[in-house]
Parts: sequence; C-alpha cells; structure tokens
Amino acid sequence: MNREEVKKLKEISYRMMIDVLQMTTEAGSGHPGGSLSSKDIVAVLFFKVMRHDPKNPSWEERDRLVFSKGHAVPILYAALIEAGYLDRSYIKKLRKLGSPLQGHPEWNPDMMIEATTGSLGNGLAIGNGIAFAGKLKKKDYKVYVLMGDGELQEGTVWEAAMFASHYALDNVIAVVDRNGLQQSGPTEKSMSVEPIADKWRAFGWHVQEVDGHDVEALYSAFRSAQEISDKPKVIIAHTTKGKGSLIGEWVTEFHGKPLSKQELEKLLPELEEKHKEEMKELDVN
Amino acid sequence: MSTREAFGKALVRIGSDPSIVVLDADVSGSTKTSQFRKIYPQRFINFGIAEENLFGTAVGLAYSGLKVYASLYSVFVLKAYDQLRIIAHDNLEVKIFASHSGLTNSSDGWSHQTVEDVAVFRALPNFKVIVPADAVEADTVTEESLKIKGPIYVRLSRSESPIIFEKGLRFELGKGNIMNDGSDVYIIANGNMLSIAIKAVEELKKDGISVGLINMSSVKPIDEELIIKAAKSTGAIVTAEEHSVIGGLGGAVTEVLSKHYPVPVEFVGINDSFGQSASLEELFRFYGLTSENIASSVRKVLKRKK
Repeated sequence: MNREEVKKLKEISYRMMIDVLQMTTEAGSGHPGGSLSSKDIVAVLFFKVMRHDPKNPSWEERDRLVFSKGHAVPILYAALIEAGYLDRSYIKKLRKLGSPLQGHPEWNPDMMIEATTGSLGNGLAIGNGIAFAGKLKKKDYKVYVLMGDGELQEGTVWEAAMFASHYALDNVIAVVDRNGLQQSGPTEKSMSVEPIADKWRAFGWHVQEVDGHDVEALYSAFRSAQEISDKPKVIIAHTTKGKGSLIGEWVTEFHGKPLSKQELEKLLPELEEKHKEEMKELDVN
Repeated sequence: MSTREAFGKALVRIGSDPSIVVLDADVSGSTKTSQFRKIYPQRFINFGIAEENLFGTAVGLAYSGLKVYASLYSVFVLKAYDQLRIIAHDNLEVKIFASHSGLTNSSDGWSHQTVEDVAVFRALPNFKVIVPADAVEADTVTEESLKIKGPIYVRLSRSESPIIFEKGLRFELGKGNIMNDGSDVYIIANGNMLSIAIKAVEELKKDGISVGLINMSSVKPIDEELIIKAAKSTGAIVTAEEHSVIGGLGGAVTEVLSKHYPVPVEFVGINDSFGQSASLEELFRFYGLTSENIASSVRKVLKRKK
C-alpha cells in the first residue's frame, strides 16, 4: 500500500469518527467507544479489501461484512454514508422512529447491512451460513465477520468456530476487535477471554494478530488471510476503545455514552487539529 | 404411521428443489431427515449437538436465498430462542418441523417433552404455527410448506398416530376444517387430540348431545371466522390440545372469542405443569388428555351455557 492510499484511508477513518460522534450525540445514546475502536478495521475493509458496488448494493458476488458486534453499528452507518449507500441526512436519523438506522443493525441487503445482530454471539454463525451458501452456489465471495472481544464470552461463538473449521469454510475471515474493555470494565476482570489466539488455533483456525489502527498492517493481514485455503481465518486486531476521540480512550463509561452537544462542539476543533498533525507526520515519515 | 415419518417421506419428494437445505443436530435417524440425507448429501448439514449454532447458521443460509428445513426434537428447538427471534424478525424462509413434541417422547420424561412450544411460537411475530393431526395431514403440510412465505413451526409427534384423513386432503394455512357439524357445542382440537375428540363426539352422541368438531391444525394464523361461526351456532366451545392450556390452541381460540363473540369455554390440556416419564397412554390419562375428560368438559360447558 502506498503512502497516498494510507493517507486516504486515515482521512476516511477520521471522517467516519466525526460522523459517529455526531450521530450518537444527535441520537442521545449509542456506543461511540466500541464504534471507534473498529473505525480503522472498517475503513480498510470497506475502502480497500472488500469487493462491493454502491451502485448495485445487492450484487450477488459482493463480499459480505457481518457486523456481529452490533452495538458498534454507528461506524458501519458511517461507512455506508462514506461509500454512498446512504446520503448524509442519515446522520440525524440514528435511533429515530421508523428509521432504517436502528440502534443495532437490521438486515437490509439493499444498503449492505448483511445481518440482524445486537444480541452478541450470533454473527459468526450467520456469517458461516452465508459462507456455506456461497460454497453451495459456487460463488467466490468472502464473508468478513467483525466481533467484539467481550463477545467471545458467548458460547455460540465457539460452536460456530467449530462448525467453520469442520466444514473448512475458507471464505470466512473473522476479525476480533480486541479493545480490552466491556461494559463493566476490562474483559479479563469480567471473564477472561485470553489466551485468545491459542483458543482460535485450537479450534482449527488460521490466526494473525495486528495493530488494529495500523491500516497497512490490517491490509496485509487481510491479504494473507485471503491466500490461506482449507480453513477459516481470524485476525485479532488490537485496538483502543474510543480511539482518536481524545477524551474517550480507555474510559469505560464511554462504552454506551455519547457526548453532549456542548462537549462535542468544544471537541471538534481539537480533533481537527490533532488529525492535521497526524496527517503531517505521515508526510514526514 | 407417525407424523415425523410422513414428514421424512414428503421431504424427499419436495427435496428435488435445489434451493432446499436440510439442517440436523445429529438426530436425523429420529427426525427421519436421514432419507433426504441419503439422496441429497450435499444439501444436508449436520451441526452435531449444537442447536443455537444450527439456527444461527440458518439465518445466514436464508439470507442467501436458500430454503431452510430444520428438523430436531421440539424441546431442543427451544434452546435456540435467541436465534429464532432473528429468524422471526427478518421473516426468513426457515421451516421448522419439530419432532417428539408434546408428551410423545413419553418415557424419556419432561426434559425431552414440550408443553409450551406452541405458546412460544405463537408469540414470535411472523411465525406460523401448524399442528397436524395425522400422517396424511403432516404429508400435506410438508408439501404446502414450500408455498408458505416466511418462518413456520410444524409440531410433529414421535408416536404412531391413527390415520384420520384420506389421501388428497387439502391444507390451507389459516383455515380450520369442520369434521362434523353439531348444534349443542363445538370441540376445537388439533394434533393427537383430534382422534381422541372424535371418540368423545361418538360417546356424547349416545347421550343425545349434538357435538360439532373442528380440526384447527393452523393455530397461527387461526380461522377466526370459523371459530365465531361455531360459537354463534352453539353458544359453547371446548378446546382440546396436547399442550399447556396457557398460550396454545385454547388461548388462541379464546382470544378470538373474547373479542368478537364471548361464550363459555372449557379447556382440555395440560394444566401448567411439565410432563414426566411413563408410557404415552399413562401420560395421556394422567394429564386428562382423554375422550372421557373431553366429554365431561362438554357437559360442564353445556351447564354454563344455561
């Protein structure tokens, strides 16, 4: 990936972060923290890795992203706006009566929302189903499944992990957003999920670990995963909850709490300043 | 022949449709989907003992345009309630044919029986609920299931059921069938209680009581028109089901009546308790699922009518 592409993805990731903050503040609820830990993963998937066509959303050959950590859906909506599946007016429609932008994702193939989630632990099985159907129909699309780390406490994740390797679903590429925090604190305090990599390996998966905010590292992990056949693949992406939003990083209360309008107004110029500096650094390095 | 066997045979017939996939949780010998597996192994998926995973995967298969047929013990279907909610919410093409329902897994005991499954599926938006009375009806329902849009729950039995209907029976979702007319009272029954209700009608006839009988295999949607007609023409109803009296056929019938045409109703069913291990005959007697109990409920409701 060249420097221009890295810059482009970082710009997209920044814009999506601002959209997430505005959306959740406008809605008065939502999960900005978990949305932002996934922002670079989603940016790389939507704008570099996945095959899809905003002019033809239900194209059968498209790659699918199953958003298993459904509470982080504002970042998916932000990606759909960025890619042109939704117009910008939807920023104001999160969690509003009758809106397709529900608090958690609702299956809507016309706008590339590939699965209904929200109750944690279901996305991997759903992704397996889409992947199995792909094999049956001899389609070569890939199914990406984004999971949270706290979500790994759900037993259904491991039933699905067993299934994917039993049926050698090499068209499944899962990503664990390892931000280390869940609602009541660190994952390891609520219910240990480590050693995560060993668990997936023991279930017959190909495992990679990357910095989940390094777009180049993410991209190369996705490329390697695509090359591996005969087994499902998982990328454990080490991330920071609330990444890039200055006040939110690693604050547990940020899990389900958006900023007030005043807080957001005060923060926006600071964020822009910080973003400009980061982009300058990219030019220097 | 049991209703599960009839389903297994019919599934092979409709199974030539290449969009059908059959899901199993390692019980295909019991549910009779093993016959489909032999002919179409590539469209048969065994999940092992993992029912939540089965129904979670069913969601993804259905999103991809496949018609999913899932057959497992009814009690183990209920393990996957979280995934069933998604199937219901998204109105997916998932057809559940649940075997070993009600008390019919008799000697295995309460852990392998269901008294509440109809109530659960009635409460799930978009789900349709069908309780066939014999092998002929189970066969017809399996054939018709391809034409029904969205998720359905079909309640099948482990045990042999006496054959009531002749071949060529027609099934229409949301329609009940009058087995015989009556002028004093109507019994509304389904599943294994239909053949028992037929006996009750005969017994009551000897006492000069004219009892109508309706087969209400389609519990949701239910035939409101027919229920209201039966209530208007006789002024009394008895419901009979191999299920809890809470939330099943009796509940569905009285929801219609209380809104449109309230009349006295008596309920034959399981009174808010679980089953236990015994022979099927003993269990039906113990829980009052007998023609004698239906007959005494008829007499009771006739007294209330006056």
